[in-house]
Amino acid sequence: MILKFQVSLQKPEIKLETLKEDIKEFFRITGWEKKLHNAVYSELTVFPLPRHPAAPPEHLKEPLVYMRKAQGSWEKRILKSLNSMCTELSIPLARKRPVVEQKELLNKWNEMGTDEPDLSLFRPVYAPKDFLEVLINLRNPNYENGEHLNFKTHLGLIQVPLKVKYISELKEFFVELSLNTGQLGIDDATQVPPELFENEHVRLGQKVLAEQDSAAAQQYIRQGSPTALRAELWALILNVSNQPEDLLYYEQLKSNVIQHDLLVDSLIYKDVKLTASNDDYYFVFEDYLYQVLLCFSRDTAVLGHFAYNSASPPKSYIRGKLGMEDYAVFYPPNGVIPFHGFSMYVAPLCFLYHEPSKLYQIFREMYVRFFFRLHSISSHHSGIVSLCLLFETLLQTHLPQLFYHLREIGAQPLRISFKWMVRAFSGYLATDQLLLLWDRILGYNSLEILAVLAAAVFAFRAVNLMEVTSLAAAEAVLADLSTLKVMPLLQIFLFATVT
Amino acid sequence: MGGGRGRGRKRAPALLRQRDAQAGEGRGGHFQAGWGGPQKSGRRCNVQTEESMFEDSWCAKSERAGPESMYPIQVHSPEYSYGCPPPQAWLGRSERLTRKNYMVKNLKRFRKQLEREVGKLEAAKCDFFPKTFELPSDYHLFVEEFRKTPGITWIMKPVARSQGKGIFLFRKLKDIMDWRKDVGRSDDQKDDIPVENYVAQRYIENPYLIGGRKFDLRVYVLVMSYIPLRAWLYRDGFVRFSNTRFTLSSIDDHYVHLTNVAVQKTSPDYDPEKGCKWMIQRFRQYLTSKHGPEMVETLFRDMDNIFIKSLQSVQKVIISDKHCFELYGYDILIDQDLKPWLLEVNASPSLAASSQEDYQLKTCLLEDTLHIVDMEASTHRAAHGSVEGKACLLRLYRRKQAYGSRLAWLTGKEKRVGGFDLMWNDGPVSREEEGIDTAGTGNFVANTHLGCNNDRKKQLRQLFCSFHSQKKVTS
Repeated sequence: MILKFQVSLQKPEIKLETLKEDIKEFFRITGWEKKLHNAVYSELTVFPLPRHPAAPPEHLKEPLVYMRKAQGSWEKRILKSLNSMCTELSIPLARKRPVVEQKELLNKWNEMGTDEPDLSLFRPVYAPKDFLEVLINLRNPNYENGEHLNFKTHLGLIQVPLKVKYISELKEFFVELSLNTGQLGIDDATQVPPELFENEHVRLGQKVLAEQDSAAAQQYIRQGSPTALRAELWALILNVSNQPEDLLYYEQLKSNVIQHDLLVDSLIYKDVKLTASNDDYYFVFEDYLYQVLLCFSRDTAVLGHFAYNSASPPKSYIRGKLGMEDYAVFYPPNGVIPFHGFSMYVAPLCFLYHEPSKLYQIFREMYVRFFFRLHSISSHHSGIVSLCLLFETLLQTHLPQLFYHLREIGAQPLRISFKWMVRAFSGYLATDQLLLLWDRILGYNSLEILAVLAAAVFAFRAVNLMEVTSLAAAEAVLADLSTLKVMPLLQIFLFATVT
Repeated sequence: MGGGRGRGRKRAPALLRQRDAQAGEGRGGHFQAGWGGPQKSGRRCNVQTEESMFEDSWCAKSERAGPESMYPIQVHSPEYSYGCPPPQAWLGRSERLTRKNYMVKNLKRFRKQLEREVGKLEAAKCDFFPKTFELPSDYHLFVEEFRKTPGITWIMKPVARSQGKGIFLFRKLKDIMDWRKDVGRSDDQKDDIPVENYVAQRYIENPYLIGGRKFDLRVYVLVMSYIPLRAWLYRDGFVRFSNTRFTLSSIDDHYVHLTNVAVQKTSPDYDPEKGCKWMIQRFRQYLTSKHGPEMVETLFRDMDNIFIKSLQSVQKVIISDKHCFELYGYDILIDQDLKPWLLEVNASPSLAASSQEDYQLKTCLLEDTLHIVDMEASTHRAAHGSVEGKACLLRLYRRKQAYGSRLAWLTGKEKRVGGFDLMWNDGPVSREEEGIDTAGTGNFVANTHLGCNNDRKKQLRQLFCSFHSQKKVTS
């Protein structure tokens, strides 16, 4: 961006005497001011606030030591699993493709879904439930963690004492979702005349887009985004534009995919075939998923997010040079090892973006802002640990009878809702509802809404759940979420439940 | 699916029999209900009891297919008698719409008529049918057209078969020369027809693709009468995807080009769990997010135009009978410029379900069809005030338990029943309420909601409740 700006500065309108004013004026006219605003806003949103100058960089990733340790040992386990799969199948972690194979792949780039490689020996590195077990065993060493239950033991599965919001704080935080504010997802239903809310909201959305203001868009989208404007609004909020250099970057990633084959690719293939291809809504987009995920795993720009992610990218050593730092590379190049269900993060985006490079950029932004928190151990308020604790606390506080009943029959609610939250409900909700939910994630820059929705779903089906007598039966009651309407559930749970 | 129709039933009259044979085996169940004459017509239905006539036994389970499939059975019940003629003739003629060659003829004729009477602009609205020639009768005309535009692909379809049988693509005349020779010797002659007619149609080479796949739309239109034309459009429908990516380079690969589920089911990587269908709502949302609401509105308006014009073109040749109805399945293809093309009209759309969602759609579709049939029947019966009429009303009353035992005495003025919207009632039907002055503003919005939210249960409940409150007031 700086280069572009310098180039555009070489104009006769800018004079040395009035340089400062001229530049300001120039900014304003050419729209650079807006772009700078958006870029700065984006940085502010993504990066955490500066901390104490004496704090080491690890604190930016994760301030609590025991969390860092837990994340470290979890990562070791994942790597061990990956390495053992590698040795078992005697497949290298990475290899260069022969030219013939490269040509073949290039020809088939747009229809990689037709490939049927033998993936039966591959298994996903881990599944959400394995991760849940790790979280259940998290303990703060400063607490007495004896074997027997005591006064301080949490009734749910998560035993760490993180601070989560009460419902009164949530009401303040999500004030735009309140009963007397118009919402898309509620106030655009067929019986409601569009003059009441919808028309005005759409007009406002068009204005926001015309102004190209990120901050305004983020505020606007808290009330939902009209279907026709959603793609552009999300791009604006995530500050993703389709510059030629972005296209070039994507092409470069594509050529990396063609030249080298990674073990991780097979994992991605397997995941897509197991999850997205079997989904009624997303099977159409199979090819796009490969195009995005294969490129994603080679994108070293993603390594930047590890500065504020408690996870660290796994290192691998060139053959024969184990332990020698000079020969260490990150594996996979982007440092992210996909797990079972990973492709579902991308699938809903295919509804909005059809051009692979834009789709790719949007996904990457979404990942480095939000999705990474759903599978790394941290104390961040949007991290999965906090979300789980928030869910359990909400349920205990507002549906104590249900919580107790489920606990008694051995069906801890978190066991059921964990998979929803890890996937940000992708694949569980109907697509239009999911997109409305993700609108709010972008609008509030927080994933807490996932925990609130999970609790709201339990509240909605409480009557049936009170009658079940086993975990399997409880799972069955909550198996199908595709008919749920997200916004009414959230509104009722937050603002209309008697506490 | 289908079949089972003949169980225990006396032989159907000749015209119907011929029609069955032409359609080939495996077609979907056929909805034909007519109110027979006062004498027992000899075409008793499988279902013996009158109570069950309108209930689930309409849709008996096929012995061959699984529990999800169902087909409506032909019903002629002697209970409903008020001296109208038996309806065979009408039913036989609906092939004017559904046999591909007749459809073309009728459309061409209608187009000429419009051009004469109204003008070129109106006639151009009939250009939704790709250029078609009947073979072997129009062979020379076809060759002329073929030579005018060399290199394009044509598709050959047998006129009276369904489920994708016998269809192939070609680019060279040589390919059909071979076929012509083959046809003389083939053993497809188990039908009674001596020479099988084919149509050669221009293949649409730039279909709209989603995820690299070709698809077509299946939309349901219920016609209650032809003169005056009264047609209802069902809000739901589905989009059928081809299982493989679209490419023009392999025209022999049936699986790519034909989107009939029947053909896809035999494709090697067909996964019945997967289901290659989307509901039209999802499709509409997808298009709206990609192209914006205005273009999508235009597309759906053009589709409405297809339905109306195609029905109007056969209005004069189908003998209309107020006591008959037919449910059509329209197959529409969309090209990359978002222009809809009519592929064909099916008189007996398949009612087998390939997934839970599909099953839901089809059961609701049938239920709403019966509601409308009831409505039309009961309004007519009420007008007659006959004893039989009152008896049947009593039976209907017993049946309506699902909606709180309220009798469905719909006034006949409804514009919407469940998932059906009244699309044409001897004239376009507007979405606005009558009486609101939209005249002069030119803002006519048609009363069609294809792909829109289908809250049919709620609407049906409202209808029945409003009747009940009306009745209270009047009685």
